[in-house]
Amino acid sequence: MALAVETKPTTPMAGSGPGLFGIRKRSRSRLVLAVLLALVSLGPLLYMLSLSFQPNGGLLGATVLIPTHPTVQNYVQAWTENSFSHYFVNSLLVAVATVAITVIIASLAAFAFARYRFPLKQVIFYIFLASLAVPNLLLLIPQFLLMDRLHLLNSLEGLTLLYVASNLPFTIFLLRGFFEAIPREYEEAIRLEGAGTLRVLVNLIVPLSLPAVAVVSMFIFSASWDEFPIALTMINSASNYTLPVGLADFIGVHTVAWGPFFAASVIATVPVIVVFLISLRWFRSGVSLGAIR
Amino acid sequence: MNPERHSATVSPGAASRRSARSHRVRRVATRVRRIATRGRRISIPYLLLAPAVAVYAVFTVYPIFRQFDISFYNWHIFPGVSNPFVGWSNYTAIFRDPVVRTASFNSFLFIVITVPVQMVIGLFAAAVLTDRLPGSMFWRAAVYIPVVTSWVVVSWVFSYIFASQGGVMNAVVGFFAGHTVSIDWTAQTWTGNAVIWLLSIWKGVGWSFIIFLAALDGIPRQLLEAARIDGASEARVWRHVVLPSIRAAVTFVVVLLVIGAAQVFTQIYEITKGGPYNSTQSLMTYMYQQAFSYFAFGYAAALASLLAVVLFGFSAAEIRILRQQDV
Repeated sequence: MALAVETKPTTPMAGSGPGLFGIRKRSRSRLVLAVLLALVSLGPLLYMLSLSFQPNGGLLGATVLIPTHPTVQNYVQAWTENSFSHYFVNSLLVAVATVAITVIIASLAAFAFARYRFPLKQVIFYIFLASLAVPNLLLLIPQFLLMDRLHLLNSLEGLTLLYVASNLPFTIFLLRGFFEAIPREYEEAIRLEGAGTLRVLVNLIVPLSLPAVAVVSMFIFSASWDEFPIALTMINSASNYTLPVGLADFIGVHTVAWGPFFAASVIATVPVIVVFLISLRWFRSGVSLGAIR
Repeated sequence: MNPERHSATVSPGAASRRSARSHRVRRVATRVRRIATRGRRISIPYLLLAPAVAVYAVFTVYPIFRQFDISFYNWHIFPGVSNPFVGWSNYTAIFRDPVVRTASFNSFLFIVITVPVQMVIGLFAAAVLTDRLPGSMFWRAAVYIPVVTSWVVVSWVFSYIFASQGGVMNAVVGFFAGHTVSIDWTAQTWTGNAVIWLLSIWKGVGWSFIIFLAALDGIPRQLLEAARIDGASEARVWRHVVLPSIRAAVTFVVVLLVIGAAQVFTQIYEITKGGPYNSTQSLMTYMYQQAFSYFAFGYAAALASLLAVVLFGFSAAEIRILRQQDV
């Protein structure tokens, strides 16, 4: 596995270095294509944003992108009357707890895999890896029965544990690669000063792997923030709904209330986009390592 | 304790006996200590692994075995109801179930349509955005943003766009047709499937884009330059330099996209509900319906187990085949 710093492009892309297409004058047609790609990618989301500001009455058949009489009424209604503020808090609690627990226990495990030799190491690692080859949604039925037996059905704690379990293998896999790339000399130096294993991990390994930790945190956050089928199965009372379940339930009950629905959709979408934009500065070096082995 | 100090006060013979014994004691002590430290060294990685292994064992590994177990019973979840053992009959029923055939076909179509299209567009977008462009960070972020949005949200945005009354798509079609149309896109099998494919491709492209972008960035630019100096055409540069260099990324993307596509659920559950008459059902939505609408847990567990085995074998084969091409 390559070193974290080596995954950055060897030639700086700024300046006169040859690009993928060699010829610089093609950059204008590439710019046109870039605008097109961005329009297609963001179009449906901008449409949703526009709909959320239009008065609910005239919503069906709204084909204009700029609302003529913009209103925030939909947001007020979604946030207060339709209890989306409540679902928002639930989603936030579950997503933040999932990120924290997953990153902590995956870092511990990844450190063991990256730095120690012990019996059954490869076997345990492959058992973790194997689950990446099978969709975790397939375990919905036995997980439902398990949560029932543990009295964790309809609880946000139970949901968090399931999310942690489903995000663990990928996180361990990605962090292990990053941890292995950190030179052992650093670790030996800090150990000579009397640091124990945990201090090595907290003060040295994790800070040096910040890009990977940041990117993987973003992945876990958006995965648990957006997760639908597991939450739909495990949560059955409205007070414990997360945003996706709340949204699906709302549109099932109020089939014509598109205004508040799209306002709530925007509320559900903004936080993940913000988290993604924050993580962007670590993205390049974090993501390349996970992809290219 | 220092043995020399004591030996000074007693006779030489006793001293040597005693020092021999203390020497033996010391030797044993160091050996014990060495074993203890080695034991501690061995136990450290296990301690580090313990929380992850515990969570994984309880919530992932145990359910896998539990699922196989349930699949051999006519399992109900209602308390007090008996769950008779039925052997392989859940499995044989799968092969006689016409909806399983439809759902398998739909899942297969979903995979062979959405995976290659996502990869081609993702690679295309990565090629467009890999070199420096004005605002390049913005374009890259824009292409990736659909990936982080919620399936429930975008499913309903697409449902709204393809609504029969007042949907944007019908307005567009009506504009070209010259009269108003009210096609009920999501209520018919093929148009319903097409909306699901379109949405899945739109939302998925950014993921393969980001992997391919990283892969393309990793290609040494001198290699491309050298090929061009030798007079290779752009098409040949792509075939013989670019594509071979990103093979690892292609393998990674194919394997993970196929696994992801095999669990297509939310967009179908929200847009067509598997209808009309189960014609847009995927294996995952059908399994879900059997378990949580009809409470046929044993049957659904058999379906899930079978699918897990098939997908696992498929992923293993896929990795092996794509790896072999490397050599």
